[in-house]
Amino acid sequence: MFVSSQDSPPVFKDFTLVMPAVSVGNVGQLAVDLIVSTLNMRRVGYMHTDCLIPMAGNNPYSSCKEDAEELHTPAEVYTAAEMKLAVLQIRAPIIQTRTKRFRQQLVSWIKASGFSRTMVLSSSHAYQRDDLQLQGSPLRFLVTPSLLGVSADALKELGWREMERTPAFPGLTDAEAEPRLCIPGGGITKGLYSDSCAEDLRLAVLLLFCSEGDNIPDAFALVNHLNDWLHLLDNQDQEPNSRWKIPTSWSLLFGSGIPPALF
Amino acid sequence: MATFFGEVLSVCSRAVEEEDEDFVENEEDEEIRRELEKKREVNLLWNPETSQSLASGNKLQCSDFFLAVGHNAASFLSAYVLSSSNWDAVGRASVWNERSRAVAGQSSEESACVFYRHKDIPSVLICRVTCYIAEDQLFQWTEKVFDCVQHRGLNVTVLSDSSVADYKTENYLSSSSAPFLRSLHTAAFSDQPVCQSLEQPNIVTGLPAAVLNHCQVHCIAAVVYQCYSDVIGPDSVTMETYMPVLTKLGKVMQLDQPPTTDVFRKFVRTTDIQSNLYI
Repeated sequence: MFVSSQDSPPVFKDFTLVMPAVSVGNVGQLAVDLIVSTLNMRRVGYMHTDCLIPMAGNNPYSSCKEDAEELHTPAEVYTAAEMKLAVLQIRAPIIQTRTKRFRQQLVSWIKASGFSRTMVLSSSHAYQRDDLQLQGSPLRFLVTPSLLGVSADALKELGWREMERTPAFPGLTDAEAEPRLCIPGGGITKGLYSDSCAEDLRLAVLLLFCSEGDNIPDAFALVNHLNDWLHLLDNQDQEPNSRWKIPTSWSLLFGSGIPPALF
Repeated sequence: MATFFGEVLSVCSRAVEEEDEDFVENEEDEEIRRELEKKREVNLLWNPETSQSLASGNKLQCSDFFLAVGHNAASFLSAYVLSSSNWDAVGRASVWNERSRAVAGQSSEESACVFYRHKDIPSVLICRVTCYIAEDQLFQWTEKVFDCVQHRGLNVTVLSDSSVADYKTENYLSSSSAPFLRSLHTAAFSDQPVCQSLEQPNIVTGLPAAVLNHCQVHCIAAVVYQCYSDVIGPDSVTMETYMPVLTKLGKVMQLDQPPTTDVFRKFVRTTDIQSNLYI
């Protein structure tokens, strides 16, 4: 599934992997775009799989005319070796009947590559929050037991809120029904998390409650949240959002120009 | 999603389907799913001679592979290239999906995805695709087809129809600007494309994208010429837009017809008959 785009295959040993879950509002994907674009990360390979819908385009992060003509595919891996950071960007939806296979491919690639930890950026439908979730910050996290083992102190310091388990039948007290993890609109998030728990992977999910629409502010919120943990950017004095570089591919998110004859 | 002016835009990947973890499939469901998956498989049917050579491990010796996706691109190739009698139909791909017509469309389905080989220059392969290939079949189609073709020194050219509604630009496109051509090529493609490169944030989807992905990953030289048109269905003006590509085609083979636009008329006429409701 992973195909290197260089002569020698990249080494991911002890790297931190950041990846999006294709979820509501595409928040994770937008946040990943900000990381790749701001850190000027280098493409090292492709995820060539039949689980994603094919798409292709020119360089989404181009900064000048010279680097604009460069073909990019639905899923690619970028690295910043000096930071020991790898990023998987997914640009296409996952084919409905193949989500399970895609998760399995991801888990086995993560295992084989020897990443020290994996951060999944995701989102969930804001309108499906329960009464408890409505209050306070819209950001939540989840960690697998094996990552909790090594990052318990860091998480304690951050003081983040864990994603709540919701009762199976809200309003009813049923001793037998155990509260369940529920991430509506999260795509493969829940499946990937439970697979990682079972496979003993060090994985964390960072998610945000949001609605469809202009999700750029949500992407900034999520990437700033991630930055609190990973310290990708350190210039704290600046206004948080202006530290990130918006890629050229974000232009015309709401369609083409307006016909001048309208006015 | 609607814009300020009320236009409804299609936005990809917004509708995130739920993964139903708790849903336990029974055996019957699973069997139906398996059967359906089997039916949706892409099958390549080669003529006896070609299939024999493929079976003995010899891939198709090919230096230039031209692929036309959509009615206008396919008609363009038919008019200028396939019109001479120097072509053998060597095989076809059969694809079944939700848009395939049951019995009535049998004959049209058979001619919807055909491979042709030049009689004198057997290293030139042409494929016309006029049928719909579903999203889950695109990857498989590409893998299967390119598995039959040898990769060394291969040049892939894809002509593809597209709607101008899918084209994003800061400047408003007046009706006189369409149709127009844009190109997108892989890293291994070293030639000069005949037209402007596709600008960000525009993307290519469907079969052209699947071919580009495959070629990029396997280091094959490939270029897609995407024609953005404002006419739905076969149209001679749209077909003419592909004309610049002829210079590239002419380098590979002798084109016996002088390029005149009249040849397109016969391809358009067939649809005229059906749409005479408002004369």
